[in-house]
Amino acid sequence: MNSLDFSIVLQAWPYLWSGLLFSLALTAVAFVVGMVLGTCFALLQHFEVPVIAKIVRGYIALVRSIPLILVLFWFFFLVPIVLGHLSGSGRPVPIGATWTAFITFGLFEAAYYSEIIRVGLRAVNRGQFEACQALALSTFETYRSVIMPQVLRVASPIILSQTIILFQDTSLVYVLSLTDLLGAASKLAQLNGRLVEMYLVIVVVYLAISSAASQGVALLRKRYAIAGARR
Amino acid sequence: MVQQTVVDETRRPPAIVAVEGVVKRFGRFTALNDINLSVRAGEKIVLCGPSGSGKSTLIRCINHIETHDSGRIVVDGVELTDRMGDINTVRREVGMVFQSFNLFPHLSIVENCMLAPMKVRGLSRAQAHERARGFLRKVRIHDQADKYPGQLSGGQQQRVAIARALCMQPKIMLFDEPTSALDPEMVKEVLDIMVELARDGMTMVCVTHEMGFAREVADRVVFMDHGAIVEEADPETFFRAPRTERARDFLGQIIH
Repeated sequence: MNSLDFSIVLQAWPYLWSGLLFSLALTAVAFVVGMVLGTCFALLQHFEVPVIAKIVRGYIALVRSIPLILVLFWFFFLVPIVLGHLSGSGRPVPIGATWTAFITFGLFEAAYYSEIIRVGLRAVNRGQFEACQALALSTFETYRSVIMPQVLRVASPIILSQTIILFQDTSLVYVLSLTDLLGAASKLAQLNGRLVEMYLVIVVVYLAISSAASQGVALLRKRYAIAGARR
Repeated sequence: MVQQTVVDETRRPPAIVAVEGVVKRFGRFTALNDINLSVRAGEKIVLCGPSGSGKSTLIRCINHIETHDSGRIVVDGVELTDRMGDINTVRREVGMVFQSFNLFPHLSIVENCMLAPMKVRGLSRAQAHERARGFLRKVRIHDQADKYPGQLSGGQQQRVAIARALCMQPKIMLFDEPTSALDPEMVKEVLDIMVELARDGMTMVCVTHEMGFAREVADRVVFMDHGAIVEEADPETFFRAPRTERARDFLGQIIH
């Protein structure tokens, strides 16, 4: 193992590719679910909806204090038992590793995106809300047309960071015996003893995807930049 | 001790804004203390007074951006209570211009003017665009229609804010210190628009310290201090012979 031999990577490519696709799919679903739920969570807190806002706060505090890997674990083992009790049969209802991963990641990321959106909401000037009131805009239109577009612009760099972290965290699905990009690579690397080559290639893939995402967001920011804004 | 000029009520059009016994508190601070004010259609009122006297709070109560604790406010026949439907009925007919403009920074000038007519009045995009163009021309800023608020000067932004409010075709316009945040050389361009609006017959309630404007257009000057209306008179009387000590002090401070 004195010289590097990258031919192994070529042979292993189909397997790595399927791992990469899983990572991307999990990231995409968790991003969409997380953003939608997270925005709802942030708005519920923003409107100080009685009781529900408190529950949401508690949920976010809880999720943020537990490592994702533990959440995956507990979800996988506990939820089937709970579902079993709820259905009355008493027998665990298995939800499977893939569903566990998608649901858990979505719920987990929602807590983080919610905090980002919540901070963004606070950054919007009070005068914007008053202008909407004075124009008789409904609450829905106020948020849809005026407030959220500004929040998303302010928060986009942090949302991107969180999403890159999410993409990297998909490797944690190994605890559910699912195979993502890193999982695929490490299995192959141990199988044929070419750890260095494999991990070098993986680094390049992670790097490429993360920087592509950054570039993409930079383009979006430029496209939707607020002209004349002092930012 | 409210001093009012006696008027023959029967010859006047009915009040479009009626404020009766309104009290507003912020915690233990009383911002408005038993305010009575009525504004008739087409009337132009200038509210003035030292800072913290409650004048901004009063006009913010008229479109319910600030809620009042007791008393009655009736705008165009609709009483402002906690009912959202009534509040929005009133807000549709009351335009407001803020000290800090509060334009929507992510929308172009023309889009700023189109949003509420489309979403609230139900105009089509084309109708809203045409109306926005018209009012932007009126405030002489139509050549900047596709720029964004951040690209305009303060005076231009405030004129856009006036056009945005006018696009809802309100019956009443409220101005909350519209020139206070402007550089001195931009004050006139905004006041000129307000004078034109007054000439067109708009009902206006303006919080401003621009006494030249008050002399030129106001039917009545209402002087407030410590949350109460202290003096109410036509501008000529108010400026030449203020009846109260507090009004004299105030005028002494702002007119050099």
